[in-house]
Amino acid sequence: MKVNKISQLYASILVNAIYAMKNYPITLINTLLAPLSILIIIVLVSHGALLSVSIEGALIMTMVSGGVSLQGDLSHLKNDFKLQDMVVSSPTSAFMYMTGMAISEIVYSLPAFIVLIVLAFMFIHTTIVGALIIFVILALMFAFSIALGFLLSTLSSDIMQNWAFSSILSIILTTIPPIYYTINYIPLPYRYIAYLSPTTYAAEIVQNAIGYLPLKTSNLIADWLIIIAISIALFVIVMKKNRWRES
Amino acid sequence: MLVCKGLSKKYEDGHVALDKLNLSLPTKGIFALIGKNGAGKTTLTRILATELMPTSGKAYIDGMDVVKDVAKLRDKIAILPQESRAVQWLTPKQTVYSYLLYRGFGHKEAMERVDIALKELGVENYKDTLNRFLSGGMKRKILVATILASDANILFVDEPTTGLDPISRADLWKVLNKLKKDHFIFLTTHYLEEAEKLADMIGILDEGKILGLGTLEELRNKVKYQYSIRVLQKNFVLKSKVGTVIRGVDGSMQILTSAEDADRLSSKLIKDRIKFSINPTSLEDIFYYLVKKPIEEDTYES
Ligand SMILES: Nc1ncnc2c1ncn2[C@@H]1O[C@H](COP(=O)(O)OP(=O)(O)O)[C@@H](O)[C@H]1O
Ligand SMILES: [Mg+2]
Repeated sequence: MKVNKISQLYASILVNAIYAMKNYPITLINTLLAPLSILIIIVLVSHGALLSVSIEGALIMTMVSGGVSLQGDLSHLKNDFKLQDMVVSSPTSAFMYMTGMAISEIVYSLPAFIVLIVLAFMFIHTTIVGALIIFVILALMFAFSIALGFLLSTLSSDIMQNWAFSSILSIILTTIPPIYYTINYIPLPYRYIAYLSPTTYAAEIVQNAIGYLPLKTSNLIADWLIIIAISIALFVIVMKKNRWRES
Repeated sequence: MLVCKGLSKKYEDGHVALDKLNLSLPTKGIFALIGKNGAGKTTLTRILATELMPTSGKAYIDGMDVVKDVAKLRDKIAILPQESRAVQWLTPKQTVYSYLLYRGFGHKEAMERVDIALKELGVENYKDTLNRFLSGGMKRKILVATILASDANILFVDEPTTGLDPISRADLWKVLNKLKKDHFIFLTTHYLEEAEKLADMIGILDEGKILGLGTLEELRNKVKYQYSIRVLQKNFVLKSKVGTVIRGVDGSMQILTSAEDADRLSSKLIKDRIKFSINPTSLEDIFYYLVKKPIEEDTYES
């Protein structure tokens, strides 16, 4: 039989996103709520001054939490339903399954993403290059968090632990670091802690692109190098740790 | 043919789950692998279904190496893993359909196959109900529908009836019996009755080794005892050597014997007015004989 690769990719998107959204529409609200609520708080507290910064912050958060929830979802489908075992013994390859699952997380966060993109068009004023930079950073953040999600899902088979991991990571990567506001708001000694999170570098680049955060070119280049390096390193580790067929 | 040659599996923690296992059987009908919990059934099933790497040894299914010919093999096999559950936020239709997409079917053919499979199992009326609202037996049927909907003709089903009520179990037996006409089914179970009812071939696995392999008849011949006599009277003492004695947990005595010995012993028991029952050796008797070493063996010279 000729295997339809699109079908195989689509299967994961159906199982992990479309069917869940269709059968449980309440999940749509859930994905919208977290980024929008922080956005609203920051905008209110700053009397609107941080509107555009917090919109890009919410965008980064949405991308990062997509990848982070992949971790819980993969482990849930593998350990509690044995779906992954069924797929391993089928013509679908590890690459197709994982790519499909990664895309499913984007689809799952589409409601939030669409609302935020509309807000971005309305309130963020930047150049074409600026828009392009934002897009690349969002893609990189997604890749980074997807790789992190894969890696963590191979570390533990305990769903309770995995769910706990997910929410801890989500907070460490998106709520604590200065992505809804600029790093200047953080007193100096504590800034170094913020730099432990890759999202801080991503936010700096985007904030610079929309004219909120002046940065030296050398700092800007360093920011880019750091997030690219972290993402690549994570992908390399994931490839090595890939446990499609268990040993 | 399904062939294992010196197949071993040592887990990372050092536990040896399969110990130089040898096996050779035709890939048709139903093969039931029986064994206690922890015998290694799931480990063997997962290695054959290309999910788990063996530590050493070889295994072939219809000439295909389970380590090297993975791509070819995965077109032909499907597995229902032990403790698999229908994904709770899907409906039966979505469950089967998405699996068929993983198998590489296009939309139209997948849809047709979903309908056929759900009808086959008599669950078409529930096809749009969320899995989480279905009964345990129904959920299991959905999973069986899922693998039978594919074009795989080698099906691994790891303890498919564990935890089901007797009626659901009998229902699934019917399905498996029907499926075996055009599929090879590799079934694991710890219900000996299930193997006795369904299997064309039976393998007895214990501590990672095959202790017996064959049809029920062949296994009976292997243990050399065709009859099983259960003495219903407590504290009965056997005076002559008539085969092998297994003592039940309740202290009752069960004697596995050859045909002549059964004849001799039963006449004597009738004469002595001792209550007993006599049956052809069941798989359970064979299993206990092979797995749980008989407590007292051949020690009854008068
Ligand atoms: N991932 C694992 N790591 C270590 N030991 C394992 C693992 N999986 C199974 N075992 C051990 O291997 C033995 C066989 O297990 P299994 O194949 O699941 O047996 P069965 O399916 O017959 O109950 C058991 O003693 C079990 O504890
Ligand atoms: Mg098992």
